[in-house]
Amino acid sequence: MRKYTPKDNVQGKAKYTDRFWVAPRVPRESFDTDSHFSAVHKAMSEAVDVLDAYVELGQLVIHIRPEDNIAALEVLKNRCDYAMCSELSAIDYLAQDGEFEIFYQMLNLKKAKRTRILTRIKENQAIESIVPLYAMANFAEREMYDMFGITVNNHPYLKRIIMPDDWVGHPLRKTYPLQGDEHAAWYEVDKIFGKEHRDVIGPENRDPGRIDRYDSQRFSRVGYEVPFGAQEAESETEQPIEYSKQILVDYTTGSEVLDTRK
Amino acid sequence: MQQPNKLKPFFENLNFERDDNTMVINFGPQHPSAHGQLRLILELEGEKVVKAHPDIGYLHRGVEKMAENMIYNEFLPTTDRLDYIASTSNNYAFALSVERLIGLEVPRRAQVIRTMLLELNRIMSHLFFLATHALDVGAMSIFLYAFREREFAMDLVEDYCGARLTHSAVRIGGVPLDLPAGWLEQLSTYIDKLPDQIKLYEDLLTENRIWKMRLEDVGVVTPEDALSWGCTGILLRGSGIQYDVRKEEPYELYAELDFDIPVSDRNDSYGRYRLYMEEMKESIKILRQLIPMYRKSEPQIMAHNPRYISAPKEEIMTQNYALMQHFVLVTQGMRPPKGTVYAPTESPKGELGFFIRSEGEPYAYRLKVRAPSFFHTGILQHILPGTYLADVVAIIGNTNIVFGEVDR
Repeated sequence: MRKYTPKDNVQGKAKYTDRFWVAPRVPRESFDTDSHFSAVHKAMSEAVDVLDAYVELGQLVIHIRPEDNIAALEVLKNRCDYAMCSELSAIDYLAQDGEFEIFYQMLNLKKAKRTRILTRIKENQAIESIVPLYAMANFAEREMYDMFGITVNNHPYLKRIIMPDDWVGHPLRKTYPLQGDEHAAWYEVDKIFGKEHRDVIGPENRDPGRIDRYDSQRFSRVGYEVPFGAQEAESETEQPIEYSKQILVDYTTGSEVLDTRK
Repeated sequence: MQQPNKLKPFFENLNFERDDNTMVINFGPQHPSAHGQLRLILELEGEKVVKAHPDIGYLHRGVEKMAENMIYNEFLPTTDRLDYIASTSNNYAFALSVERLIGLEVPRRAQVIRTMLLELNRIMSHLFFLATHALDVGAMSIFLYAFREREFAMDLVEDYCGARLTHSAVRIGGVPLDLPAGWLEQLSTYIDKLPDQIKLYEDLLTENRIWKMRLEDVGVVTPEDALSWGCTGILLRGSGIQYDVRKEEPYELYAELDFDIPVSDRNDSYGRYRLYMEEMKESIKILRQLIPMYRKSEPQIMAHNPRYISAPKEEIMTQNYALMQHFVLVTQGMRPPKGTVYAPTESPKGELGFFIRSEGEPYAYRLKVRAPSFFHTGILQHILPGTYLADVVAIIGNTNIVFGEVDR
């Protein structure tokens, strides 16, 4: 039987795996050695439930519950001087855990320290908007909604930002193929020519590495030349040329014939 | 309700027939002063903007999706296409994230070359800003003067890496090439000549009545707004907040270099224009200090770490084991350890950082580009209402947004 191809993560995967190889982990240090980080951790654990906290590559990482995100960021903003949220977005862990991981990358400008708040939500769970605290989330949360389909509660204008409004699917999910899905292939055809012309135009080929054998304007043919712009019917010979010929030898008669069994 | 037909197509988000006295105009996505594919939906009351709605995504190429489907080295040339005005800064920001993830020390000479390229890119980007911004505001000759100097900087980059726009001049673990012979002399000629040119621009613009009328008190970003809307770079320093990643969280050689961070507390476009000019002078200062540093450095330009970085070509061609490792790194790709990294850098536009989540695979599990222009586009909806339509062009030009990194 052929193998079932998993549909929950269709992203690029390593072609070679060594079964004895265990991926190392970036060292996680304790936050105790840094006075600022331990103060942040203290203030944070007073206000919300801190699930995990460590320092990774010089930045404090705090795991919290998704319903605490506003409270946690309020602590950071008002008590710990984190005046700026640099970035927020999500990571798709639906295939492994059925969850999204949302990160808030925070910056304290006075001390030049960075803290990352991590939280995990289920697939259909919504998260509270942080726009009242940091206006940059207006665009960032819209992008998160657009790319992952994560609903953000109480966002002032939760609409797609990068993809068109009538796009189907959320492109950064691991289930979404790199070259787009069925809807993506028809999107521009429907938009420009109309649905009724689907038969004439055909689906958009979204593979950037495609080679069209019969397109003599953009591709040359190996084996024999055709004039630029020649039509497929004119240039196609009766017997397609074999690039590697296989000769079948009959040793009783000594005859050699071209292998045409394919 | 709109009734679309062939002559009147359907306009998303637009309602032309309105009860109030406002007029809706569609600024872009093809507008010469939108600096790319920005579509601004403006609601006007007379000539005053009452509502602005930036609509982006016309240059979306799915860079973050592509990153999840490429090995790390394969992705590096893709980063050129983010901020295409200063592509080395993107290459560098990506390389820095991966280097932090795998804990790599870059050789001294590579650091010098990288810092040189970064500052050269900053000058190129600022000259481009000055040229296009002045053109938007109506000063045509500055455009020609600034582009002339930018050409020389691009020639220098071309002499180094062969490309003028999409440099890919940085590799994970170092730089691919040493500086060609005579390059430093050309660089010092350039940085000797540039201050005169900057003086020329300043003489033409700084006290120019029209220039001041067009920029002063236009596009006011208060410090609170700048912080809240995630503004970085000159937009933040133009609001009186002295934060430069090069100074506060130094990377490469910036800790050893002597340079100042110009700040302006005018909060307006004019103050930011002055900052761009001052930053170019600081970049020249940095480049001057880098030339003797290069001469003192050892010739090694790529880090030695066989697990992640291919050996130099001479070793690959002469030693079997180096060739095997190179083969594995090219066909399978490096596998950084599991973990997350966010490495901020100060690109000419602001804080550019690559957030990378690695699951120990040759492909990044998630890569998020923290692009400064994305947030600088976001603040437009906040600062444009209340300004005049003619100022909209000046403000967009002054925020210095590049759509390659807004839409990614």
